[in-house]
Amino acid sequence: MSSDSHRPQAGSQQAGPHPAGSHHLEAHHEAAGDPSRRECAHDQRLRLSVLQLLHENSRRSPETIADMLGVPHEVVARLIRQLEEEKVILRYSAVINWDKVDANRVTAVIDVRVTPQREFGFDAIAERIYRFPEVRSVSLVSGTYDLQVVVEGRNLKQVAQFVSEKLSTIEHVTATTTHFLLKTYKADGVIFDDQEGDQRLVVTP
Amino acid sequence: MSKLERLSPVVRGLPPSGIRRFFDLASQMKDVISLGVGEPDFVTPWRVREAAVYALERGFTSYTSNYGLPALREAIAEYLEGFDLHYDPAHEILVTLGGSESIDLALRTLVCPGDEVLIPEPTYVSYRPCAILAGATPVAVPTTVEDEFRLAPDRLRAAITPRTKALVLCYPNNPTGAILTEEDVQAIARIVMEHDLFVVSDEIYAELTYGRRHVSIAAVPGMKERTIVINGMSKAFAMTGWRIGYCAAPRDLIEEMVKIHQYTIMCAPSMGQVAAVEALRHGQADKDRMVEKYDQRRRLIVKGLNDIGLRCHEPRGAFYAFPDIRSTGLSSEEFAERLLAYGVAVVPGNVFGAAGEGFVRCSYATSAEQIERALERMARFVQAVRPV
Repeated sequence: MSSDSHRPQAGSQQAGPHPAGSHHLEAHHEAAGDPSRRECAHDQRLRLSVLQLLHENSRRSPETIADMLGVPHEVVARLIRQLEEEKVILRYSAVINWDKVDANRVTAVIDVRVTPQREFGFDAIAERIYRFPEVRSVSLVSGTYDLQVVVEGRNLKQVAQFVSEKLSTIEHVTATTTHFLLKTYKADGVIFDDQEGDQRLVVTP
Repeated sequence: MSKLERLSPVVRGLPPSGIRRFFDLASQMKDVISLGVGEPDFVTPWRVREAAVYALERGFTSYTSNYGLPALREAIAEYLEGFDLHYDPAHEILVTLGGSESIDLALRTLVCPGDEVLIPEPTYVSYRPCAILAGATPVAVPTTVEDEFRLAPDRLRAAITPRTKALVLCYPNNPTGAILTEEDVQAIARIVMEHDLFVVSDEIYAELTYGRRHVSIAAVPGMKERTIVINGMSKAFAMTGWRIGYCAAPRDLIEEMVKIHQYTIMCAPSMGQVAAVEALRHGQADKDRMVEKYDQRRRLIVKGLNDIGLRCHEPRGAFYAFPDIRSTGLSSEEFAERLLAYGVAVVPGNVFGAAGEGFVRCSYATSAEQIERALERMARFVQAVRPV
């Protein structure tokens, strides 16, 4: 079963004062094979698990995350500090359905075609674009266009103005196509208006 | 003679489910966090639901073979290979209405009036009544927290009489989370073969094990011929409402079981069978994602229960924690009933057999946030009732 590969081997741990407690780390030390390589793979798995749990809910405490992963609290606290320092974790934020509270907010996805520059490639142009505060995200993409830019404004006109006056006029930008977002159904893995509640009976065998 | 007196004494003699009474109590309460639910909190993966929608659109609405769709039986046979189980999809697999129907078919097929059926307890609530309805006498074999609720070979041996016909195994276990090790299974198989018993092995939670692979007793040499393996889609693929389960057994047993099935059920729902094919063929990633979540919640709840002073062994399978509540001085039922007032529903352990007294079942098939909230409430409750 593939899920076993990223879950710890429980080994022969006994129930007692630390049931399911720290076996995540302990069990791995008992495992056969090159210890340092396994250690690395284990650390990497742990990093990814911590990030995944924070991504799901950034208000989870390091203690809760540690308990969920079966590792000591201080390991997770240290790891999170490290991830923040390494700028792996850049910010903690909420997923918000703005449509519900702010009818005036306008978001546009803009496809931008550019001529890459010698030495700098696309990076320099991307930077010229992402420095504008109204730009929410910039990605280099494959396909007909080169950069995908997400822009937010107070109204259509403001966004249109930004595109025609700022974006299109940047040197090496050869074409733009603007798509205004009309409704968001799902973002960052979250369904915005999910009708599927918990339908289960309160107690079942 | 009153109307009731004219009804079947066997049916009238069945005790009503202990869960039922508790369900009624819990249903009246507002703002209850339920740790009492015996099914996944996930909705069936979308790819599976979508497959069923397409099946309906294509008019897939008629009976299937009594045995089940050939494509599904093939998918099941391949899937069971993963547990070292080898069954011929044409003759040795029967698709049923959930695992539940398979339990009923298995017991009705195996036992004669007066036979004894050994049921390690605490365990899921259906085996005992199904055995009684089949005319057999259920015999409880207690398992203990000291053995982490695994069936101890000497206890099994002690329960066997000349009238013993079959042994029911439910591992990974509801409600204790116990799983059997390779050695447990070998030891049990030896005793079973020595006494020429049948085994009904309900492996519905086989996918939900943490750190260790499920071992099926039917994989032990010499056991396949005397074992009916029961499994289904409900727990592994979050498909409880679809009622698609199956049993795998040697051809001669399946041929007898299918007779009851064809006269009472005909076949499992056709669109559900199509969905099950999709789940078995392409649902592994969805299943793995759910198992990972269960494992995280499992650690959270076991740690939390121990922290608030309810000693809890490590459940290694299913999605239940089964803490020892004897330190509170309350019976299982008192504990569960009084905890309701604190806004948490758990299931009293005695519902699963006398050996479950002193324990309660806490399902962790609910979000980590709900579990944390429930633990806070339980901590307040335990603080309030703990004798000084």
